[in-house]
Amino acid sequence: MSAISIIFTALFYLSLAVFLIGMARKIYQYTVTPAPLKIPTAPTPLTQTGVVMRMAREVVLFESLFKANKWTWLFGWLFHVGLLLVLIRHARYFWPGDLPEIFLLVQPFKYAAFAMVIGLIGLMGRRIFVERIRYISAPSDYLMLIMLLIIGISGAVMTFTSNHTDVIMVKEFASGLITFSWADLPTEVHFLVHLFLVFVLMAIFPISKLLHVPGIFFSPTRNQVDDARKKRHISPWALKQEQEHVVKLDEALGKDE
Amino acid sequence: MAAKEFDIPVLPTYLEIPEINEGVMEGDGPFKSSEQFQNPLGFPGEKVDNWQEVAIEKMGELKSKYRSVQVFLDSCVKCGACTDKCHYFLGSSDPKNMPVARQDLFRSVYRRHFTFAGKHFPKLVGAKELDDEMLDDWYNYFHQCSQCRRCSVFCPYGIDTAEISMAAREVLDAVGVGQKYCNQILGKAITIGNNLGLPEPALRDTLLDLEEEIEEETGIAVKYPLDVKGAEILLITPSADFFAEPHIDGLIGYGKVFHEDGVSWTMSSYASEGANFGMFIGSYDIMRKAALRIRKAALDLEVSRVMVGECGHAWRVAYSFWNTLTGVGAGATDEYALKLQNQLDSRYPQPQHIIEYTHDLIQRGKLKFDKSENDDRNVTFHDSCNVARATNMGGIPNGQFILPREVIKAVCNNYVDMERSTIKESTFCCGGGGGLLTDDLMEIRIKGAMPRMQALKEVEKTDGVNTLVAICAICKSQFSKVLPKFDFDPYMIVSAHQLVSEAIIMEKPQTDDSVTQEAEEVTE
Ligand code: SF4
Ligand code: SF4
Repeated sequence: MSAISIIFTALFYLSLAVFLIGMARKIYQYTVTPAPLKIPTAPTPLTQTGVVMRMAREVVLFESLFKANKWTWLFGWLFHVGLLLVLIRHARYFWPGDLPEIFLLVQPFKYAAFAMVIGLIGLMGRRIFVERIRYISAPSDYLMLIMLLIIGISGAVMTFTSNHTDVIMVKEFASGLITFSWADLPTEVHFLVHLFLVFVLMAIFPISKLLHVPGIFFSPTRNQVDDARKKRHISPWALKQEQEHVVKLDEALGKDE
Repeated sequence: MAAKEFDIPVLPTYLEIPEINEGVMEGDGPFKSSEQFQNPLGFPGEKVDNWQEVAIEKMGELKSKYRSVQVFLDSCVKCGACTDKCHYFLGSSDPKNMPVARQDLFRSVYRRHFTFAGKHFPKLVGAKELDDEMLDDWYNYFHQCSQCRRCSVFCPYGIDTAEISMAAREVLDAVGVGQKYCNQILGKAITIGNNLGLPEPALRDTLLDLEEEIEEETGIAVKYPLDVKGAEILLITPSADFFAEPHIDGLIGYGKVFHEDGVSWTMSSYASEGANFGMFIGSYDIMRKAALRIRKAALDLEVSRVMVGECGHAWRVAYSFWNTLTGVGAGATDEYALKLQNQLDSRYPQPQHIIEYTHDLIQRGKLKFDKSENDDRNVTFHDSCNVARATNMGGIPNGQFILPREVIKAVCNNYVDMERSTIKESTFCCGGGGGLLTDDLMEIRIKGAMPRMQALKEVEKTDGVNTLVAICAICKSQFSKVLPKFDFDPYMIVSAHQLVSEAIIMEKPQTDDSVTQEAEEVTE
């Protein structure tokens, strides 16, 4: 194996490990941190089924964002759907051996790269030109978009221009990562950049705003059932406090004489 | 401190998103609390020496106790969807009043102290140190948030700036930088039992006067019972209802409805406050202390129903939090809450809103109205933020929007809604909620009222609206103050139960009915 292949192979496992461990820690943190009070935001679901429906609408359709701002919704949704389809299509590279027929279905997903890039350009445009959004943007917010744009564009370049990479080689490299039969990877610059930035993205996932992905599922304003009157909802720390009378009732209570 | 000069916003024809004007709402914030008000709540009397340390430690504690805080601080992608949703931004154009920018005051410190990126690359991710300047900004801008939660409706992750505001205020209190208005009031509420500091004899006198007044006017002896043991219903209402205009006309309405139903009811001198400012300062413990008085009153008076009068955040605390805090509710499995829940009548929602109660009576044909009594009014309804975005009524989806409107329409002929994007879950705050209803915050109160005033102006033009109904004590006080600034009649704001009161036909004859027969007066 070439030195560059070894480096990229190592980087893959490294970024994957950072991603997995980081996300596990974050998800653990979100799981153990209680929501002591019922705070769902209207329009609230009154049942658990209602919560699932609400969450589905948020995750699939970006319902709240749609209510808030049509342009941001359009670009944001295009980007996310584009990314999802492109990611699904990438499974072909990791699949060891011949592809099952089902992959023919996802073949056209390559055009989703355009949706992704258009979405990203739109979001970037808003960040630069809408004064309010510019005001709230930190350098990392631009960098994130730039990274995603480079990933998207470099991918599209490989797929749609004559700058093809050797897909057979990519497949051997990628599936080799999964099956631990490591192989060389193509060394065209745009491919290496594409891959490197994906690794970076994976590594910073658990320490950046990309945490919105697990975050939404844990958001109490979105995932709580509005049934406060019907069921007593109490967090472990509040219960403990109640039992131990940390809130000194006798001090606080009693008539004013 | 002399009040700062400022321009009252001109009402635009259409609500526009302003261009940002940095620093227009900079300032010292509301009056600071002093030792006298801080200590009884367990807060330091003045800014402690090692305040940074204390503050960071408090932040760490809060994010481990509240998932909302932790998840909201991590998840914001700076999409900007919330930037034009806050009435204080729309009215003031100060960019730090954009919900995400308000959160960022807190988030930047969180990043600096609690995240890898913020510790090592602060510039890159906008992480900032908690210095004096930042703390001043916190104090100022977290007291320009009414915790109305409008931003949360529109955020793709439901990020609720109110939660961040509450956390920030809690940190501020922990380092000894409290707000006078809230903390002074809380001191009275948890020792005397109401925000006004009104002791039992004064309350009793007030209620007697009210009874006389009503009897004089209607010839009917509507009673306002206090501390009646064994009554069916315990009414918990904001203390403003006892004194303030137009609130008191709402209280008159509740009394008339109870009278017509013939139910026995009482108020408590020990728990004579529906409002619970503990929520505003973000303190679970103090909110619980205040709520515990209600638990005690319900147990002592042996009532079987707990009911809440017209008050926005009181209803949020009651509906969403009481069951958690004190066990007023249903469905408990622990001994502590069951003690109370076994006493309460499970056929009724506990707690129940006065609107739910009146609505139910109307549905069952128990109340008769002469709607024409309100024919001089063209009515619209202001959804109060806490009721609209944080509670329900009637146990049906969106009941909190439906029930008040149905009650209003049952008692008056001319009703029209304001523009859809300014009502229901998208309602604009009155501008005075969240512990901001104090004269030292008049500038932000007036500016923040602008979006609501604009929507009102529109229906005034198109439908001749001359009456604004609200079911929140804070909204009523705030509107009385700000309406004239925008060329409206300050008396156009009324309680829902004032309209009920005006239209209700009192059929029940004057008797000393069940109220006094069944229930005995508590004697000390
Ligand atoms: S809408 Fe939510 S995610 Fe977007 S900027 Fe505002 S708080 Fe952040
Ligand atoms: S909670 Fe209300 S007042 Fe506070 S930032 Fe959000 S919209 Fe503004």
